[in-house]
Amino acid sequence: MSNVWSNLGDWVTERTPGMLPMYRKHMTEYYAPKNFNLWYYFGSLALVVLIAQIVTGIFLTMNYNPSAAGAFDSVQYIMRDVEWGWLIRYMHSTGASLFFIVVFLHMFRGVIYGSFKRPRELVWLLGMLIFLVLMAEAFMGYVLPWGNMSFWGAKVIISLFGTIPVIGTHLVEWIMGDFLPGDATLNRFFALHVIALPIVLLLLVVLHIAALHEVGSNNPDGVDVKHGVKGNRWSPLAPADGIPFHPYYTVKDLVGVGFLLLIAAFIIFFAPTLGGWFLEPDNSIAANNLVTPAQIKPVWYFSPFYAIVRMVPSFMDTAVWGVIAMFGSIFVLFAMPWLDRTPVKSIRYRGRGYKIALTVFVLAFLGLCAVGTDTTAEVIPAWFGSDVDVTFWENLFGRLMTLLYFGFFAFLWAYTYFGWETTKPVPDRVTTHD
Amino acid sequence: MADEVVDHGRRRFLTVTTAAVGGIGVVAAAVPFVESWQPSARARAAGAPVTQSLKKIEPGQQLIVAWRSLPIFIVSRTPQQLATLPKLTTRLVDPDSDVDQQPAYAKNETRSIKPQWLVMIGICTHLGCVPDYKGKIEPEPFDPNWQSGFYCPCHHSHYDIAGRVYKSMPAPKNMEIPPYHFIDDTTIQIGVDPKGAA
Repeated sequence: MSNVWSNLGDWVTERTPGMLPMYRKHMTEYYAPKNFNLWYYFGSLALVVLIAQIVTGIFLTMNYNPSAAGAFDSVQYIMRDVEWGWLIRYMHSTGASLFFIVVFLHMFRGVIYGSFKRPRELVWLLGMLIFLVLMAEAFMGYVLPWGNMSFWGAKVIISLFGTIPVIGTHLVEWIMGDFLPGDATLNRFFALHVIALPIVLLLLVVLHIAALHEVGSNNPDGVDVKHGVKGNRWSPLAPADGIPFHPYYTVKDLVGVGFLLLIAAFIIFFAPTLGGWFLEPDNSIAANNLVTPAQIKPVWYFSPFYAIVRMVPSFMDTAVWGVIAMFGSIFVLFAMPWLDRTPVKSIRYRGRGYKIALTVFVLAFLGLCAVGTDTTAEVIPAWFGSDVDVTFWENLFGRLMTLLYFGFFAFLWAYTYFGWETTKPVPDRVTTHD
Repeated sequence: MADEVVDHGRRRFLTVTTAAVGGIGVVAAAVPFVESWQPSARARAAGAPVTQSLKKIEPGQQLIVAWRSLPIFIVSRTPQQLATLPKLTTRLVDPDSDVDQQPAYAKNETRSIKPQWLVMIGICTHLGCVPDYKGKIEPEPFDPNWQSGFYCPCHHSHYDIAGRVYKSMPAPKNMEIPPYHFIDDTTIQIGVDPKGAA
């Protein structure tokens, strides 16, 4: 029997001479640093969620009807009448939120261990492009059920482009294909969500991994394993502190996948809306262009960026400043490799100022999240009494958080450019080598 | 053949011109695809004028009608509501309606053709939500000194009873007044200017 399989393997290999070397290069002979910790799960988990979203998404399109008249009802049909339809949709909606949780943690890993620094700048830039496309993908997917939050979310987000001087109004009509979000809008978003953006996303993921494997993985010590001491038990030429990605990290990552599926299953079966955080109650009402939901707030993963739009006031007769600040809050991340100029990569060997600034940045991000999800609007009167001026205190808090968010990048540049940082000596090899 | 001298200048010229012509072709081919995103003939045709009778609107009451799928607020304003307008000027961004958010015939203190009747596109100038009508002159949770007007539930912009935005709000401008005219004393047509107006 084994002879049959090896013969088949040889037969294929003779006809595709590049396959086996490629498999070796990226799997069994890709030597990843041996000191990966918990933070290194999130890259592979993001890939798992992407595949889950594609599979569940394909099955959703089989019953979904992309028209303003039929979309809302077809989603209800999936939920009630299609065999197991509720499970497939909840997997897809939960997957969207988990995707962002995993990606935020994956990006944070890159920041704390300096994985964006030379020679991995391109890996970081491709990753940021993935993040941008993912945001567009998530937004358009959110519009498809055509609930009232879908409709108003689409209207508000598309209106962001209307603040651009001169071309704004025309641009908004061009994006919507109408004077309000309607059939035309829904259909083009469907096309982009199910085919155009996923293709771009997959291509970027392939490039992201290819770029990573060219320069090699970083690690929690920020030590250059690839150009360090040579010779491990698989090859005298391989990095001494590297182990083959397969089977060592594939097996390790499977443990992470198990945990992710456990969490996902708990949410899908016991709390699919997660108290309004993953699926908002107002989206159980069909789209109505004459009635705004009492509270328009984005899904949690957009809330920090959306809070920035709200916190920047209009001046000079235009609301464009908030929109510039919001896009700026994402685009500034692209510049990380050139803002953080300290050659020391890992937070383990960096100065105290960096650690404090990073903590403040995380708190500012969470603070903006609280503003964007309207948590502050509920908490302020509950904690300080109903007679306080909620708008005033919310604006004060949110504007402070916005300043701290952007302040982190300004501080980081100055701190590392003018050499104010005192770093610790970085070891030659990973701290856990034999 | 092997001794032939390569004319690099000629080769570069051919490369550049081929690329340029090909580039023009790509741009030309992209035009139909980009233009296909414009509002279709059907969507544009749906923007016809709307006629509305005002007979059944009580003083202080608001009616919302759709014109080009936009919510049009029609409010029968009471003398008490109108009396609040001159008092608010210091609290407003644009009390004199200098920004072009209304036809010339509605550029006045009440932002209307007849003071009683407010006809306005009920879309917040911040990000396009529909503000709530808060018509009573009484303390509201968001403003203890509320003088009646409109309150946007999305990002909490406040407008007075003529749709003029308060200072320090997310919204930058007063709400827009659509073109409209009175066919007779109790009927208006939205989407068409009065005769003689530009």
